[in-house]
Amino acid sequence: MSTITIDERRAQALAQLPPYREPGIATRGLRWVRAHLVQFCAALALLYMFIPVFVVVLFSFNSPTSKFNYVWNEFSTSAWVNVWKDPEITDSLTISIQVAVVSTIVATVLGSLIAFAIGRHKFRGRGATNLLIFMPMATPEVVMGSSLLTLFVAAQQEGSLGPVTIIIAHIMFSISFVVVTVKARIAGLDSRLEQAAMDLYADEKTTFRKVTFPLVLPGIVAGAMLAFSLSFDDFVITNFTSGQTVTFPMYIWGAAGRGIPPEANVVGAIMFGIALIIVLVPEIVRSVRKR
Amino acid sequence: MSAAPAPGVGAKAPADDSARPVGQSRWTPYALLSPGLLWLSVFLVVTTIMLLPMSLSSGRAFSGDGTFSFDWQFANYADAWTQYVVDTPIFQKSLIYALIATVLTLVIAYPLAYTIAFKAGRWKNFLLVLVIAPFFTSFLLRTNAWQTILVDTGPVVSFMEASGMLSVFHAINTPDSWPSWAQIFPEGLSAENRVLATPLAVIIGLAYNFLPFMTLPLYASLERIDVRLIEAATDLYSSAWTAFRKVTFPLSLPGVVAGTLLTFIPAAGDPVNPALLGSTSDALMGNAIDAQFKATGNYPLAAALSVLLMVVIVAMVAVYVRRAGTEELV
Repeated sequence: MSTITIDERRAQALAQLPPYREPGIATRGLRWVRAHLVQFCAALALLYMFIPVFVVVLFSFNSPTSKFNYVWNEFSTSAWVNVWKDPEITDSLTISIQVAVVSTIVATVLGSLIAFAIGRHKFRGRGATNLLIFMPMATPEVVMGSSLLTLFVAAQQEGSLGPVTIIIAHIMFSISFVVVTVKARIAGLDSRLEQAAMDLYADEKTTFRKVTFPLVLPGIVAGAMLAFSLSFDDFVITNFTSGQTVTFPMYIWGAAGRGIPPEANVVGAIMFGIALIIVLVPEIVRSVRKR
Repeated sequence: MSAAPAPGVGAKAPADDSARPVGQSRWTPYALLSPGLLWLSVFLVVTTIMLLPMSLSSGRAFSGDGTFSFDWQFANYADAWTQYVVDTPIFQKSLIYALIATVLTLVIAYPLAYTIAFKAGRWKNFLLVLVIAPFFTSFLLRTNAWQTILVDTGPVVSFMEASGMLSVFHAINTPDSWPSWAQIFPEGLSAENRVLATPLAVIIGLAYNFLPFMTLPLYASLERIDVRLIEAATDLYSSAWTAFRKVTFPLSLPGVVAGTLLTFIPAAGDPVNPALLGSTSDALMGNAIDAQFKATGNYPLAAALSVLLMVVIVAMVAVYVRRAGTEELV
């Protein structure tokens, strides 16, 4: 066996390779797609999520030819002009907002307390607590709604089905979502900030008031927004616990059979717009301040 | 839940700083937990348990004197079995529709969650907002919007028909020779020239509705992964795909399972998508329970159906908890 230097071996290997050619546009394009395949799929997923929202907003500007607002006819702003003239929409919207405000306040307080206990304390029964919080998120709404109805019937409270029973139900299923949101914020908190406050002679109450709570507040606000939208949007459970009360989703459900008017889409579009403003304005303000 | 605090909770400093409470008293956590947990216990746990006696009662809401008497009516379960499992496979259909929708949701949500966790950079928060943004438009309106998107003459259906996808979906059907309990897709997964009012429309709607519930737990567990582990795998000459298969994906399993639970179980009981997007033969468990409660007033039979559904749920959650514990559930 003859010995060769590494340089000779390298030259031999290079000589065996085909001559280098600049890759064509198709190859490069394919390479780019392969390198960004994940992002490409993510963009498709977002598209899937937003096409229906886009359709809801678009069809609020439609002037449908029949009662059914499924096929595009022509651009019209009449629904936006007339949206507050339909008493069915305004009445149901009023009830939905009242219910959502009350249930959001209660659920946010109860859920944030639980989140602080889970995120900041050690206690017995952690597993049971976690399970209890997970259950409302994983149980089908039909089961929750029907079992609440069963309870109200067993307690002979069928006559009192209405806003109060709706609020009771909404608080029940909103608590968990508040807990999850606030807990995530607490978990991401740097505990050294609290230690620093204590080192600087702040007592426990002052530390909580001036350091911990302001840092957790964005999480609480996010939890409250989630609770509000869940309550405002709930149909299945409300349908079991509402008695004669008609909330906005129940109005839409009733209208689905005879045709949902574009005015309902206007309300959907407005809700979406308000939520985006609430979420995006602080982000924008923050990025402007940073400059 | 036991009210006794852990011994020495107040006295001994916890092992890690993150769990160090600010206002430390042995009773504090219980004071914080009790109002919310009491609410959940009364209006979720007690009500769900009360389904059991109701499912063994007799009586109708809208006929007779409208009251129910508890008399061990196991016949309700026999009725539920013959009506919803043997004669028409509504129970099985619910599970299969939900299973297909869950797999679809996982496939769609994973790249999205992965991108947000690893590739989004400063767009991370913005993308997370986008994921929950559809929540803020009424979900009934969004589900209804699928009627517009999947309209028979629309571009989506035309494309699916021209590309032969609909023929393939239509060919997926359960043969007529099969017994009634196995007739999951008697008319095929879709029609030859139509998506609306077919199982496919219901599955598309279900997958759509529960997408955020899959994406967020996936994101949460992907985000917790130490990137150095993936780097270590590639340093040891694993390809990107192998690193994903052997490191990233196994580490994201808690999120996969949590997302699956949050999608599969609610989807199996959802009455809205079948009612708005399916035909009458696409009625699922949610519609059955809804109809027995609202239309027939047969609360005991409806309660028996709910109990059947709850048994599946409790079994699935129990398997998850045994394997992964409860800490990652919430």
